Amino acid sequence: MLKQSLSKKRKRFEWIMKGMMWLSAGITAALVIFLVAYVLLRGIPHISWQLLSTKPSYLTESIGILPDILNTVYIVIVTLLIVLPLGVGAAIYLTEYASNQKVVSVIEYAAETLSGIPSIIYGLVGMLLFSNNMGTCLMAGALTLVIMNLPTIMRTAQESLKTVPRSYREGAFGLGAGKWRVIRTVVLPGCVDGVITGCILSVGRILGESAALLFTAGFAHALNGVIDALAAPGATLTVALYFYAKEQGEFGVAFAIAAILMILTILINFAAAFAQKHFAKRRKI
Amino acid sequence: MSGIITAKDMCLWYGNHKALNNVSIEISEKSITALIGPSGCGKSTFLKTLNRMNDLIPGVKITGDIRYGGMDIFSGEVDVNNLRKEIGMVFQKPNPFPMSIYDNVAYGPRTHGVTNKVELDGIVEQALRDAAIWDEVKDRLKKNALGMSGGQQQRLCIARALAVKPKILLMDEPTSALDPISTSKIEELVVEFKEKYTIVMVTHNMQQAVRVSDYTAFFLHGELIEFDKTDSIFSQPKDQRTEDYITGRFG
Repeated sequence: MLKQSLSKKRKRFEWIMKGMMWLSAGITAALVIFLVAYVLLRGIPHISWQLLSTKPSYLTESIGILPDILNTVYIVIVTLLIVLPLGVGAAIYLTEYASNQKVVSVIEYAAETLSGIPSIIYGLVGMLLFSNNMGTCLMAGALTLVIMNLPTIMRTAQESLKTVPRSYREGAFGLGAGKWRVIRTVVLPGCVDGVITGCILSVGRILGESAALLFTAGFAHALNGVIDALAAPGATLTVALYFYAKEQGEFGVAFAIAAILMILTILINFAAAFAQKHFAKRRKI
Repeated sequence: MSGIITAKDMCLWYGNHKALNNVSIEISEKSITALIGPSGCGKSTFLKTLNRMNDLIPGVKITGDIRYGGMDIFSGEVDVNNLRKEIGMVFQKPNPFPMSIYDNVAYGPRTHGVTNKVELDGIVEQALRDAAIWDEVKDRLKKNALGMSGGQQQRLCIARALAVKPKILLMDEPTSALDPISTSKIEELVVEFKEKYTIVMVTHNMQQAVRVSDYTAFFLHGELIEFDKTDSIFSQPKDQRTEDYITGRFG
C-alpha cells in the first residue's frame, strides 16, 4: 500500500519535471525561430540590388549600403591582418619559449578576463588611445577590434599548439632541427585548424560589433577606396543598422541589414563547423 | 677498446631526484650496445643524455663528463643540433611527422641544408633502402606517413634517422610497441647496421639483447651495475644483482 502511493507520487513528479523541461526547450526554440523568421521576413523584402550596390544620396533621397558593406570587409581584413601575427606570435612564445610558468598562467588568465569584458569598454579605450590621435576612422576601429580579438586568437592558437604531440617535437629535435625550424615545420602546421577556428570566431565577432566601433570608426557612408576608407570615418553594417534605425527611422533598411548580418552569421557558423569537420577528418588519416 | 662515446662519473638529477649516479661507460665504435634493466632504472635517461635530448626537459641537471669522439658534448663549442645530426635517435613509439613519407625522410637533410631535388631524391631512396622499407613504399612516397602500419612507421623513423648520415644511432626500445614480425625485421636491420654505425639500444627484452648486441650494460636504481661483452654478462655475470635480473628473479 505504502509502496504503491510512493511510486504514484514519483511518477507524477517525473511527469511534471518532464513537462517543465519540454516547456523550457520549447520556449527557447520558439524564441530563436521567431527571431530569425521575424528578421528575415521583415528584412528580405527590403533587400534590393539598388540597396546593395549604391551609396546613400540626399539628392535622390535613396539609401544604399554599399559603403557599409565595403567598410565591413575592410575592417575585417585589416583587423585579421594585424591580430593574426600578434596573436599567433604571442601563443608561440607562451607555449614554446616562455619558461616562467607563473607568468604564462597570469597572461592566460588576463587574456581570458579580457575576452569577457563588455565591448563598449574597448570602445572607450580605443577612442582615447586611437581616435584621439588619428581621428575617428576605420583604422582606429580596426585597431580597437585588434585589442578586442587578440585574446581569442591567442587562446585558440595556444590551445591547439598544446595539442601537437610531444613526440613530433622530439622527432624533429632528434634530427638536429633548431627550435625555430621545429616550430615552423612541425608545430605550426599542427595548429592551423585552431587558428582558422579562432579566425572564424573573430570574423563573427567583428561583424557583430557595434559598441566599440561607434566610438572609434564613426558613422560616415562615403564610398572610398581601401586606403582612403581606412583613414576616413566609416560605418560598418552593424553601426549602419543602429544609425538607420535610431537616427533616421528607416526600419526597412535596418531590417534589411539585420537580415544580411543574420545570413552572414549563419554562413560563418557553417564555415566553422565545416572547417572543424574537415580538420578532424585530416587528423584521422 | 677505443670508445666513440665515453661517460665518466656522470650524474643526473630531475629536480631533486637523482636519476643517474656515477655512470662510467665506454662505448666502442661500430658495435651494438644493449642497455638493460628494470623500468625506472635510468637506462632511457642515460640514452637520452648522449644526444642531449634531456636538455628539452626543464629542471634536469647533469654533472660528470661525456665525450663523443674526444669532445665534451656539454662544452659551449658544441652545436647541439650538429651533435644530434651525428647521434641520431629512434624513439620507443613510432613518431613519423604528419607529412608524406618522402617529406618525413627528407626532413633531416633539408634541415641541414640539402635543397637540390636530385640529391634529396637519392638520399631519401638510399635511406629507405637501408631501412628495408623501400619496396613497400616506393609507389606511395607522396602518401601521408600516418597511414602506414606501426612496424612500417618505425622503419620509416629509422630511415628518417639514417637520412642525416649519423655516426651513432640511439634506439629507445624501438620494438616495444611492435608485433613479433616487425620486431624481427628491425632486429635484422640493427645487426646489419653494425658495419656502418654504432648502435646503443635500450631494451626490455633480454632475448633481444642476446640476439643482437655485442655489449650489454645492466642498470639498476640509476647505477651501472655491470658492463661487459653480452656473452659474458649472460653466461657468467660477475654481480649477484645482474644474475638475479637476467635469470628473471626480479624486474
